Amino acid sequence: MQLDIFLNVAVGGILTGLVYGLMALGLSVIFGVVRVVNFAHGEMMTIAMYAAITLFAAFHLDPLVMLVPIAAVLFAFGYALQAGVINKFITRPEHSQFLLLIAIGIIIVNVLLIIFGPDAQNVQVPYAFDSFKLGPLIVDATKVYAAGVAILVASALFAFFRYTPVGTAIRACADNHTGALVVGLDVRRLYALTFGLGAACVGAAGCLLLLIFDVTPSVGPAYTLLAFIIVITGGLGSMPGALLGGVLVGFTEALAGLLFTPSAKSMFAFAILVLMLLFRPQGIMGKRAA
Amino acid sequence: MIERLTAGVPRRALVLLGVLLAIFLVLPVLAGDYVLTVLILILYFGYAGLAWNIMMGFAGQLSLGHALYVGLGAYTAGALYVHFGIGPWIGLLAAVAIAALAGAFVGFLAFRFRIAGVYFAILTIAVAEFARVGFDHLSWTRGSAGLFLPVAQYAHNDLWHLRGHPVMFYYVLLAAIALAFVASRLLLQSRTGYFWLAIREDEEAARSVGIDTFLYKMLAVVISAAMTAFAGVIYAFYYNNLFPEQVFNITHSILIILGPMVGGIGTLFGPLLGAFLLESLAESLRTLLELIGVDLPGINQLFFGIMLLLVVIARPEGVWPWIATRLGLAGAQK
Amino acid sequence: MTRKSHTEAGRLTRRQVSVGLGASTAIGIAPFGIARAQSAPLKVGVLLPRSGVQAGIGQDCQRGVDIANGILKDLGMPALEIMNGDTETKVEIARSRAEKLITDGAQLLVGAFDSGQSTAIAQVAEQKGIPYVINIAAAPPITEQGYKFVFRNFPTAPMILGDAFLNQKELFEISGYSPKSAVFLHVNDTFGTAMAKGIGGVMPKFDMPYKIVETIAYDPAARDLSVEISKAKATGADALLLVSRLNDAILLTRELVKQRWSPNAILSMGPGWYEDQYLKTLGKLSDGPISFVPWYDPNKPLSKKLETALANAHPGVNLNTNHVYTFEALLVASDAYKRAGSADPKALADAIRKTNITNNVSPGPGIQFDAKGQNDKLKNSAIQNRGGKLVTLAPKAAANAKPELPMKPYDKRG
Repeated sequence: MQLDIFLNVAVGGILTGLVYGLMALGLSVIFGVVRVVNFAHGEMMTIAMYAAITLFAAFHLDPLVMLVPIAAVLFAFGYALQAGVINKFITRPEHSQFLLLIAIGIIIVNVLLIIFGPDAQNVQVPYAFDSFKLGPLIVDATKVYAAGVAILVASALFAFFRYTPVGTAIRACADNHTGALVVGLDVRRLYALTFGLGAACVGAAGCLLLLIFDVTPSVGPAYTLLAFIIVITGGLGSMPGALLGGVLVGFTEALAGLLFTPSAKSMFAFAILVLMLLFRPQGIMGKRAA
Repeated sequence: MIERLTAGVPRRALVLLGVLLAIFLVLPVLAGDYVLTVLILILYFGYAGLAWNIMMGFAGQLSLGHALYVGLGAYTAGALYVHFGIGPWIGLLAAVAIAALAGAFVGFLAFRFRIAGVYFAILTIAVAEFARVGFDHLSWTRGSAGLFLPVAQYAHNDLWHLRGHPVMFYYVLLAAIALAFVASRLLLQSRTGYFWLAIREDEEAARSVGIDTFLYKMLAVVISAAMTAFAGVIYAFYYNNLFPEQVFNITHSILIILGPMVGGIGTLFGPLLGAFLLESLAESLRTLLELIGVDLPGINQLFFGIMLLLVVIARPEGVWPWIATRLGLAGAQK
Repeated sequence: MTRKSHTEAGRLTRRQVSVGLGASTAIGIAPFGIARAQSAPLKVGVLLPRSGVQAGIGQDCQRGVDIANGILKDLGMPALEIMNGDTETKVEIARSRAEKLITDGAQLLVGAFDSGQSTAIAQVAEQKGIPYVINIAAAPPITEQGYKFVFRNFPTAPMILGDAFLNQKELFEISGYSPKSAVFLHVNDTFGTAMAKGIGGVMPKFDMPYKIVETIAYDPAARDLSVEISKAKATGADALLLVSRLNDAILLTRELVKQRWSPNAILSMGPGWYEDQYLKTLGKLSDGPISFVPWYDPNKPLSKKLETALANAHPGVNLNTNHVYTFEALLVASDAYKRAGSADPKALADAIRKTNITNNVSPGPGIQFDAKGQNDKLKNSAIQNRGGKLVTLAPKAAANAKPELPMKPYDKRG
C-alpha cells in the first residue's frame, strides 16, 4: 500500500469526521443536560439541509453563510419542541421518550418527502469540485471549509458554556439538577435553551454536510445512528468527546474502507461502539455515568 | 396449572379472553384474503411484541435491536431449508439456539460490564446493525443478493414444511401467541417473574436483597431472544425471501416495539392490543386516503406519525391499562 | 381514465398530487371470471415503492404509468383503469397492498421495481391466479419458481451482463480504443451483488480486451465514497466498470473530479449514470460515461410517441428505463386484454403467454415470453451522455450516434 493513498484517505476521513463531530455535538449537549436521547437527531438535520437548499435556490447564498440563519431557525424549532412537548417527558421513562422522538422523526421524514419529493438534492457552490494539491496529497476543498467551520462553531459553543452566565447556569443544571432548582434557576427554560442549542448545532452541521453530501428525505435515521456511535465513542454528554469521537469514527471508516472491503466499513464503526461500551462505557472523554 | 394461571384474575377478564380467542378462531372464515393478510401482520407483530415484552416489560431491559433475533431466526431456518432441505420445525430448534446464543452474548457483554439504560439500548442497536452489514457479506446466505426460498404452491397445506395457504400461517401464529401468552403469565407468576419486576423497579434494591440480577437479566434476554426467533422462522417461510436490508433493519426493530409501547409495556394484553391498533390504524389510513382520492406518497405515514405522537402524549402508560380500568379489569392489568 | 394528475415539477419542489375518485374507491367488487364487455377498462393494480427509501425510483416509474393511457388510446388499444398502491419500500406492505388491490377488483398487477417486493407480490398473484407483469427487477430467482401467472419484461442480471460485454466490444471496435485494464466498482445491494456474481461466469465467454484488476464493493447507504475512488485510482486502471445507483453515481463523479482522476472510459451496467438528476447536478461533468442498460430503441415509432407524451406530461424529464419498462408492462396488459376479449384472469394469463408485440419501445425483436414467463429476447443498449442529452450507441439497429472514446478528461472541459 503506497503511503500517499493512505495519507489522502486518512486526511479525508479526519475532515469528514470533524463535521460528523459537530452533528453529534448537538446530541451530546442535549443528553448531557436534558438527559433525553434525541432519536430524531438526524431527521432534524435533514430539515436544516432542505432549508439550505431552499435558500440557496432562492438567493444563491453559500451554505457557509446561510449556516447562521438556519442555525437560528433550528434553535427556535428545538426550543419550541422542548418547551412544548419534550419537557413533559423528562421525568418519564426512556422508552416513552424514545417513542415520542420516533414519532417526531416519522413526521419529519414524511413532511419532507411530501414537500420536496424523493430525489436527492444538493447545492452547487462554485467550489464544489475544487481540491488542493499539496505534494502527493490531494485535499477536498469543501471538506476543508466544512471542517474549519465545524471547529469554529464548536469553539463558539465551548466559549458560550464556559464564559457566559447562561452557559454556566446550564452546566450547573447538568451537574446538579436539584441544586439548580434550589438556587432558583429556571430549569425548564434552561432545558429549552439547551435543546435549542443542540438543534442549532445539528442545523449548522447540516449546512456543512450539504457541501459534501446530497440529501434525501429518508437519510435522517442513518445520521441519527451515526451520531449515537460518535457520542458514545466520545463520551455521552462530553463536548470535546463528541468532536474527538467524530474524528475517530471518520478516520476508522476511511481506513477500514481502504484496508478491507469498503462495503463493510460501517461494521467497523459499530465495532468501535461495542468495544467502547465494553471497555470504556463513559467514552474517551466522558465522566463515568452516574 | 390452570388454577395457577387464572388465580386472581377477575371473571370478566376470563370471559373477555375466551370471547377474544373465539373471535380470532373464526375470523379467517369471515375475512377476505386482504383482511387475512393484515391479520397475519397483526399476529406477527403481536407475537414479536410479546417476546420483546419479556425483556423490557418484565425485566426492564430496553432492547431497540430485536430485529437481530428475528433476522437470525429467519436466516437460520431459511438457509437450512435452502441448502439442506431441512424443514422449518427442525430449523426452528437451530434458530432458537442461535438467537438465544446471540441474546446471551449481548446480555453477557452488557451486564458483565454494567451497561444499562440508554447505553444498553444503543448497544442492542449496534449489534443488530453489525449483523445487518455482516449478513450483507455472508455468502452462505447469499449476502445482499437475498435468500430466496423455493415458493410453495397452494394446492395443499403442508404444516410440517410450512408450505401452504396464508390461513395456515394465521393459525400457527395464533397458536404461538396463545402459548407465548400463557408462558408470559406463568413466568410473571413465578419466582423469576417477581425477581424481574424487582429488577425493573429498582435494580440496586433488588441486588441488595440478594437477587442475582446478572443471572435474571440474562435469563430475560435469552428467553426473549429465543421466542423472537420463532417470529423470524415464520417471516422466512411466509415471505419466502430474505434481505439483510429488510429483516435486520432498525425500522423492523422499531415496528416490533411500537406495538407493546402503544398497548402498554409489561402487560400481557398490551403488545397484542398495540399491534392490532397500529396495524389497523395504518391500514385504515391508507384506505381512507384512497377513498377521498388523495394519492400523495408519504401522507399516510405522516398521519401515522401524528397519531403515534398523540397516543404517546395522551397515554404514556399505553392504551391497555387505561382500557382495563374502564372495563373494570383493573386487577387484571397483566 | 378516471385518474387525473396535476404535477408541478419545479427545481425545488416536486409534488405529485393525484386527485380522482373512482378506481380505488370500488371496494368489494364483482367476482372474477365474469367475461366483461370489452368496453369496460381492465383494472390494473400498479404497485410501486413511492415512499420510503426507494421513493425516487418508484415515483419516476409512476411517470410511465401516467402517460400510458393516452398512448394506448392512440394505438387503438383498450384503456386501463389504473389502481395505485404504494409499497412504502417494504416487503410486508407490498404483500398486503397486493391483496388489497385484488380485493378491490384489480384484474392484473404490475410492479414493483424491487426484487424483494416483487417476490412478495408474485406469491399473492400466483395464489390468486391473477396475472402479474413485473416492470423492473433483475434478480434471476423470481422467474425460476415455476410460476404460471408471473411475467417479466425485464432482463435478468446475466442477460444485462452478456449484452453489456457484447456492446462494449462493438464500441471498442468502432472507436478504435480498447481499455486494457478496469476496476469493477459495485454497490453491495441486491442488484449489485447479482451482477457481481454473474460477472465471473459471463465475462470469460466474451474474450474482453481488458482485465479486471480489482473489484471494490461499497455500501448502498454510503455517504462518502472518497476511499473507494482513492483505492480505484491507485490501480491506475484504464477504465471504470460500474454497477451503482443514482446518489452514489453523483458522489463517485464528484470524487473523480476532486481526486483529479479521469479514467479513459466509464462503463456503467446499471442505473445512475444516465439519469436526469445526474445530468442536471453535474452539468458538463456529466458528459462521457457510457451506460449498458435496458433502454429503448430511439428509432422505433412507439419510442417517439412515448418521448412526446412524457415531454408533455413532465417537461424536462428525459425518457429512461423506469418509464419505458413500466409503460411496456402496461402495454402487455392492454394487449393481452384485447386478445383475450375478457378480463378473466386465466384467459388474460394465457393471452400474455402468447404475447407477440413488435410495435414496442425496448430494443430487440419485441415482447414475447418464454415458458418461465421471462422475456428472453430483450436486448440492452449502450447509451452515452452528451451535452445533457443521451444518445444511443449500440446495438447497431437502435443506434443514433457514434461513441466518444476515450472520454474527455474532467480537467479539460473548460
